Amino acid sequence: MTEISLKTGLAEMLKGGVIMDVVTPEQAKIAEGAGAVAVMALERVPSDIRAAGGVARMSPPALVEAVMASVSIPVMAKCRIGHFAEAQVLQALGVDYIDESEVLTPADEDNHIDKHAFTVPFVCGATCLGEALRRIGEGAALIRTKGEPGTGNIVEAVRHLRQMNAELRRVLALDEGEVMAEAKRLGAPFELLRVVRRESRLPVPNFAAGGIATPADAALCMQLGAQTVFVGSGIFKSEDPAGTAAAIVKATAFYNDPEKVLEAARALTGAAMPGLELGTIEAKDKMSERGW
Amino acid sequence: MTRTIGVLALQGCVEPHRAHVEAAGARLLAVKTAAEIAAADALILPGGESTTMLRLLRVFGLWDALASAVREKPVWGVCAGAILLAQRVENPTQDSLGVLPMTAIRNAYGRQRESHRAQVAGHPVAFIRAPKFADLGPGVEVLARAGAEPVWVRHGNAMATAFHPELSGPMPSPVHRAFAGPHALP
Repeated sequence: MTEISLKTGLAEMLKGGVIMDVVTPEQAKIAEGAGAVAVMALERVPSDIRAAGGVARMSPPALVEAVMASVSIPVMAKCRIGHFAEAQVLQALGVDYIDESEVLTPADEDNHIDKHAFTVPFVCGATCLGEALRRIGEGAALIRTKGEPGTGNIVEAVRHLRQMNAELRRVLALDEGEVMAEAKRLGAPFELLRVVRRESRLPVPNFAAGGIATPADAALCMQLGAQTVFVGSGIFKSEDPAGTAAAIVKATAFYNDPEKVLEAARALTGAAMPGLELGTIEAKDKMSERGW
Repeated sequence: MTRTIGVLALQGCVEPHRAHVEAAGARLLAVKTAAEIAAADALILPGGESTTMLRLLRVFGLWDALASAVREKPVWGVCAGAILLAQRVENPTQDSLGVLPMTAIRNAYGRQRESHRAQVAGHPVAFIRAPKFADLGPGVEVLARAGAEPVWVRHGNAMATAFHPELSGPMPSPVHRAFAGPHALP
């Protein structure tokens, strides 16, 4: 069998779980208590980043450290696309995973980080198979959809999952002699495309992120092939964060059992986070279009 | 008759066990319910997050079914699964099924930065935010060490590894062969 690296190995351990955005140690404890498999330590959740505008950067080290000290589950943190010095700081800090994230303002308009140069694993967003394989080529150990963060609107994450599935099916059906042309069309590294065909799947796990706000949203992403879900603003922008967190954890574990998803949804007392219709976001403000 | 090895599939690293279990001549069943736990001849509690698994076992009312199954059937806990089987858990203290007389110290090597490979039973294997096993009770057999650390232990019907043989070759791994192979414990 293919040797699974230590970096992707940790992603394997997170499968079937929920990774939650938190901005304080108290929120991290709530997330852990609700059954989160990991937390993402942030200064602001995506919906607040979107509302605040301006330049969004890596979180202050003291905040990330306080979150790391408060829980026993893995802690992730975000750096800007292409900002390898922020990533070096996060690695030195000892975070368990770095998200090279479009939620923050990109630092480099052309290049993502050379992630092979790090010992800490990276997760990167991807809207399609070619983008996923470019990030994996750079050393990403885990891929997630880019959704449209901070909107509470699942439509973009669904688009990315559908796109990835359709392109995977197409790649698997190709004649061997057509693979190079497909690599050119997708902008994907040829050798990685061959790995995909050999293993009939993406070479690293694929998680969903962006716009997940309800237990049914989580179940939808899991049924579309995501192996774990990231929930950003959806938990701590809801009326009942602990309840929402627990409900999404339940629905993710039993995503293919509608009775259990119903049970999780029924237990919710407060309203979900307010949503944003994507038509109301100007193209220049769309985070999922950051990176390439 | 082909043995059915159930892997607790509430959360964590389930599928990588499949090829190893099948190579050992058994069948893998991902188990999520009390009925499925009962249907398995032996159980693997996989790697993942022990706090998440504890919570889901409680929320879905599986605690009692699993607690009695791990006292009756062969059971193997991998990393987080080993933490669930230990009698005592530290860093921090938490509930457990309590069948293996030892203390599991969570994240004892450190964080992901301290995840590493080491030789165990002649093969390099992955330790990922791994626990250490301490205060081994009388009768706990150490099947393998990494350096001085006991990393593969057995007591009665229960077995634990601090590492992840499912993430690398050979196929089946020595641990899968011992647990699921034709000469495995009844």
